Amino acid sequence: MAGWAIAVHGGAGVDPNLPPQRQEEAKQLLTHCLNLGISALRSGASAVDVVELVVRQLETDPIFNSGRGSALTAKGTVEMEASIMDGTKRRCGAVSGVSTVKNPVSLARLVMEKSPHSYLAFAGAEEFARQQGVEVVDNEYFITPDNVGMLKLAKEANTIMFDYRIPTEKCAGLESPVKMNGLPISVYAPETVGCVVVDSEGRCAAATSTGGLMNKMSGRIGDSPLIGAGTYACEVCGVSCTGEGEAIIRGTLAREVAAVMEYKDLGLQEAVDFVIKHRLDEGFAGLIAVSNKGEVAYGFNCNGMFRGCATENGFMEVGIWE
Amino acid sequence: MGWAIALHGGAGVPYSLPPERRQPREEALRHCLQIGIKALNSKMTPLDVVELVVRELEIIPHFNAGRGSVLTNKGTIEMEASIMDGNTMKCGAVSGLTTVVNAVSLARLVMENTPHIYLAFDGAEEFARQQGVETVDSSHFITEENIERLNQAKEANRVQIDYTQPIYNDTKSGTETPFANGDSQTGTVGCVAVDSNGNLASATSTGGLVNKMVGRIGDTSVIGAGTYANELCAVSATGVGEVIIRGTVARDVAALMEFKRLSLKEAANIVIHERTPKGTVGLVAVSAAGDIAMPYNTPGMFRASATEDGYSEVAIWSEPIIE
Repeated sequence: MAGWAIAVHGGAGVDPNLPPQRQEEAKQLLTHCLNLGISALRSGASAVDVVELVVRQLETDPIFNSGRGSALTAKGTVEMEASIMDGTKRRCGAVSGVSTVKNPVSLARLVMEKSPHSYLAFAGAEEFARQQGVEVVDNEYFITPDNVGMLKLAKEANTIMFDYRIPTEKCAGLESPVKMNGLPISVYAPETVGCVVVDSEGRCAAATSTGGLMNKMSGRIGDSPLIGAGTYACEVCGVSCTGEGEAIIRGTLAREVAAVMEYKDLGLQEAVDFVIKHRLDEGFAGLIAVSNKGEVAYGFNCNGMFRGCATENGFMEVGIWE
Repeated sequence: MGWAIALHGGAGVPYSLPPERRQPREEALRHCLQIGIKALNSKMTPLDVVELVVRELEIIPHFNAGRGSVLTNKGTIEMEASIMDGNTMKCGAVSGLTTVVNAVSLARLVMENTPHIYLAFDGAEEFARQQGVETVDSSHFITEENIERLNQAKEANRVQIDYTQPIYNDTKSGTETPFANGDSQTGTVGCVAVDSNGNLASATSTGGLVNKMVGRIGDTSVIGAGTYANELCAVSATGVGEVIIRGTVARDVAALMEFKRLSLKEAANIVIHERTPKGTVGLVAVSAAGDIAMPYNTPGMFRASATEDGYSEVAIWSEPIIE
């Protein structure tokens, strides 16, 4: 047996001026989540259980852009989405437009296991949540003061069109020329979260969760709930992506990693490198992946990605930059 | 090499389909094909052509898209569509539409007039109003046939892909979902086209599954599942949405061509006959070289195709009617 492996991410595309304290908090959360996953793996939990468990933790913590701490729509509300996929039979579940469910990834899992469908959204998803008795809260629960501030800045940045200048009050102090999705990186907040796992039986799974793009149009769906784009798992690997949603969708990024492994016989790292290098054009994104051989890999073509990975043989690493 | 076009009105057509239901659909396919042929002959771009043809299919009440869409478990309409331009790989998608006459056109507007790819439900409806597209009362889309289908599905307490044949098992068993007698059907519509310069485009539109849960999204609005186009080929799939999503069907045809250097037909056949369960999926595809493939693993698939040299066909089961 090749041994288990796990990777987590908290988003690709990081403000180069991110205050050290924020970087520390992020790394601590990633470490904590890795440890949670590792414990579960050591006690024999299945890949799909572990990815759900870890992403729940990431959703609950307000640091990244998922669950509590989600980015806000143009209306100042939260609309969350998530997906989960079990590589063994490629079962999948996804939700979008979730506004009161504490843990969207768990709702996605219930769609996969308790409904005849793969993807539920908006009012229908909320109704399903109540039928299933999952924990629900007011939309306000998910909104943090930080994000309210970010939304204001995003709106201001949008009216500045192609000017790279951004108001400096709350944005990590300094001017930031790095842009993603048309917004200065400091207000872009692309911190979608995700987890991929291969368990000790060689089963792969992946899950991704997000509040989406800051200042997005209400009703906008990104890559995170789209199977093949933000999330994918099959017999050979599990992949979770983050970054510019539109680029990830167009590039069917998560599926791509699996496709080059299956059809071109590339190894995991080669596949990840290939996809990041050749499938993104002008888009910015990153991804984490595991293989059924117990390997873990990640790649990104933008400025940093919050990530952590660990394998059964004791390897563990948490990072932000290259 | 000249242009080529293929369109579908849904996979899964029972052999027992009576003539009075078959004929209008055949006529409709012929009619839409002619529209596509004229457009390509007048040098319209493939992106414009697929939108035009799918608009027409949406208006026709015989197929499960736009008017004629199947109903949710609450008797309501929720339509979805997507469109993709092979050259730029730009794409647009919409879900949960209730009043928009042409979902495919709204998908195109999302692609061209917003920084996003995909809008759904209230947000999509709001966008439709901002864009001034044609909207009508939701009742406009509902047909007698579909009310009947919903009643039958409810009686049998199942989620039905389409039509009237009883389906054995509606709950997901966690694995594949075979259907009794291979009788899965769906009237999703779609069109793919390539011009003489190798520019490709694809579009797909649907009302979804009969008796689906409100809020259920299928493959039709998921790029890579129901719709895909790049420089190699354009694909539009139809069938059991959950299977198409899991199998990233449209993308897989292109991936096999690219990574295993297979021809369009080979790639399409592998996806349909080896990578998806029998009775669940069909697709239409064209390649940059002007090849056409229309494989399906269901009893039949409403389809039509034509090439610039004058060949055209309309078909439901295995014998095409050469026009």
